[in-house]
Amino acid sequence: MLARTANSLFWMFRYLERAENTARLLDTGVRMALTRDVVSAEEEWRSVILTAGQQPGYEAKHASYTGMQAWNYVLRDKDNPASVLAMLGNVRSNARQSRNVITGEVWEAINDSWLQISEMLARPVGEQRVGDVLAAVRRAGTLTHGAVIGTMLRDESFHFARAGTFIERSDSIARILDMKYYLLLPSLSYVGSSLDTGQWDTVLRAVSGDRAYRWLNAGQVDARGIVEFLVLDERFPRSLSYCQTALRENLAALARMRGCEGQSNRLMRSADISLSERTIDSIFDQGLHEFLRQFMASNATIGAAISEDYRFLS
Amino acid sequence: MAASDQFDEMHMPDGSVREAYGGYQDWFAEQDGSFLKRKHRDAEHAFRRTGITFNVYGEDEAEERLIPFDMVPRIISAGEWRRLTRGIEQRVSALNAFMHDLYHRQEIIRAGRVPERLFRNNAAWLPNMVGFTPPGGVYTHIVGIDLVRTGPDEFFVLEDNARTPSGVSYMLENRETMMNMFPELFMRVPVESVSNYPRRLARSLAACAPDCTEGKPVIAVLTPGIYNSAYFEHAFLADQMGAELVEGSDLRVVGGRVQMRTTGGYKPVDVIYRRVDDEFLDPLTFNPDSVLGVPGIMDVYRAGRITIANAPGTGVCDDKAIYSFMPEIVEFYTGEKPLLPNVETWRCAEEDSLKYVLDNLEELVVKEVHGSGGYGMLIGPTASKREIAAFRDKLKERPENYIAQPTLSLSTCPIFTKQGLAPRHVDLRPFVLVSPDNVDITPGGLTRVALQKGSLVVNSSQGGGTKDTWVLKD
Repeated sequence: MLARTANSLFWMFRYLERAENTARLLDTGVRMALTRDVVSAEEEWRSVILTAGQQPGYEAKHASYTGMQAWNYVLRDKDNPASVLAMLGNVRSNARQSRNVITGEVWEAINDSWLQISEMLARPVGEQRVGDVLAAVRRAGTLTHGAVIGTMLRDESFHFARAGTFIERSDSIARILDMKYYLLLPSLSYVGSSLDTGQWDTVLRAVSGDRAYRWLNAGQVDARGIVEFLVLDERFPRSLSYCQTALRENLAALARMRGCEGQSNRLMRSADISLSERTIDSIFDQGLHEFLRQFMASNATIGAAISEDYRFLS
Repeated sequence: MAASDQFDEMHMPDGSVREAYGGYQDWFAEQDGSFLKRKHRDAEHAFRRTGITFNVYGEDEAEERLIPFDMVPRIISAGEWRRLTRGIEQRVSALNAFMHDLYHRQEIIRAGRVPERLFRNNAAWLPNMVGFTPPGGVYTHIVGIDLVRTGPDEFFVLEDNARTPSGVSYMLENRETMMNMFPELFMRVPVESVSNYPRRLARSLAACAPDCTEGKPVIAVLTPGIYNSAYFEHAFLADQMGAELVEGSDLRVVGGRVQMRTTGGYKPVDVIYRRVDDEFLDPLTFNPDSVLGVPGIMDVYRAGRITIANAPGTGVCDDKAIYSFMPEIVEFYTGEKPLLPNVETWRCAEEDSLKYVLDNLEELVVKEVHGSGGYGMLIGPTASKREIAAFRDKLKERPENYIAQPTLSLSTCPIFTKQGLAPRHVDLRPFVLVSPDNVDITPGGLTRVALQKGSLVVNSSQGGGTKDTWVLKD
């Protein structure tokens, strides 16, 4: 397929995943704010903005952290190039670029979502509407992925779409875990100890893993268990390990179709080996922050290698 | 109902329904008014969802507009269509022969049937094409012939669009929308299908592939990109044909072929269906600032190693001064009288005609010879005295830049309004595919409709809408 189209498709799904994860993150803030006093709510919103990587832009506009300001900034602020609205705009524009390699149903899932959400975000979002908006963003992801899996031919385009999804999802999970873990620990002495379950709940919620985790762990919430679940549990579709395996399979399929392996396949294999050899103990021995930074760097290198191997840009 | 001097395609002057519309009328009479109103709103929603929009760039940001869709079909009987297709085939064959002659021996000029100045002053004339024959001898691969009607058997050609006729996606999506909204209607009325147009287009383009093609021809649609007003149509056609949708930056001349950058490296393209104007096609040959084209593509083309559809230089046919000679052109190349007449046309470059036009401006439509989209024209009967006076000056200053035609009483077809059916003026653009041994006309086309009462301007850029166009089966 055309390299520029592959690039559009890859980024269409990266942006979609990023928008969805950002919405999940905001959702944790909204829930948190409902159950907290004003001071800790402010802290929580600061941490949401920080985790979203939007602190400099936010603080250039606002002196304080309130829920309404925070979610409006992240969702729809015109000065925020990484707003959910801007990301969904990128999704749609990339979908238009790759219109002839996605099915009509995938296009309509994107376009319908865009029409609905851009309408919802045309004016400031108050407390009554924020839940609906966030649900609509999550649904955009659900609908689109459903259409991809149900209607797209398993050719290169499918695998580029999926590779974009998983590379972005890994990155989001690692970022959320890293920031939250760092912020939630007032001091290192807390590592491994039992913490405020409400806060850890937000980490799980942010990746939609709260229910699955409780199901598997019978309600026992501890930092080590949650990290193990989000990093190493291959059954959970939003764990690093799951995303890594899925990405490896997509890249292997692309190499088969092209008839040769590239740098992305080699990097993928070594990343995969290094993750599958890990245990939760070795991760904590190394330091979670160190581990996650390393993971994100490797993930980014794989992303760059895909772009290189398949001539996305030249 | 229509005024008595106007021909309404659905209703007779006494209010009864013409035969072609009988099946539709039976269905329509059974429908509940509120059901139809709801469907009318649904239609707009359907177009937004599928993304059938065109881009308009204002001062602030891009806006995606819908061309209004009217849900009353425009219906043509099998017999009427047969007559039309014979006329269109004849005309399109003549156009293609004319292009070949213009760029070769120019027999028609030697024979004194058309004057040389016609193309010498024509910006669309390309000296690079002289002496060169495109693969398969085809110049006008895709043609849109704009037709108007004034009576039961009176069809006229208003314009030939041989450059890059657009709007075919509306022919297809209007039908798709109608079938989704009123499936039972299509079970009752036998309508010729248009949905295989993209397949026919792919087949027709493949038949024009150059000799160096290996295996199945690789076809690519060349678009200026997502900011082009017709991008939707480019993507739509590529998708429907199973072709690649490329931009200039995806293409490069490698090893004497035009090749596209794929995920597996550069691969040759055999046929380019370009939606980029001639002047942007090759920065080495034409506009050096163009980033939409492919440097060196014209050399590859002249070496016969790529097909460009439509051929560069076919824009000559869209000129309205050339149009005025079409009866002579048809007769010269086919040896037959034209089956489809032109609208009577005065060439203001000719002294007698100019005098007549100046004396009768109030009754005429005056058009620029190179104009399109309904811009830069004067519609005498609706123009103010000041507008006419201003136009008179322009006309005297550069008479050769204008042609004039009588104000035709275009046929009407009903549209759906809140008050019920109301007649509005329509035209028709059938789409014609030309390959080395075939002229292929899809039974249907794009019907454009003026939505304002009494208006004769159907262009979408000026508030016109579209209708599904039905050709009935025998």
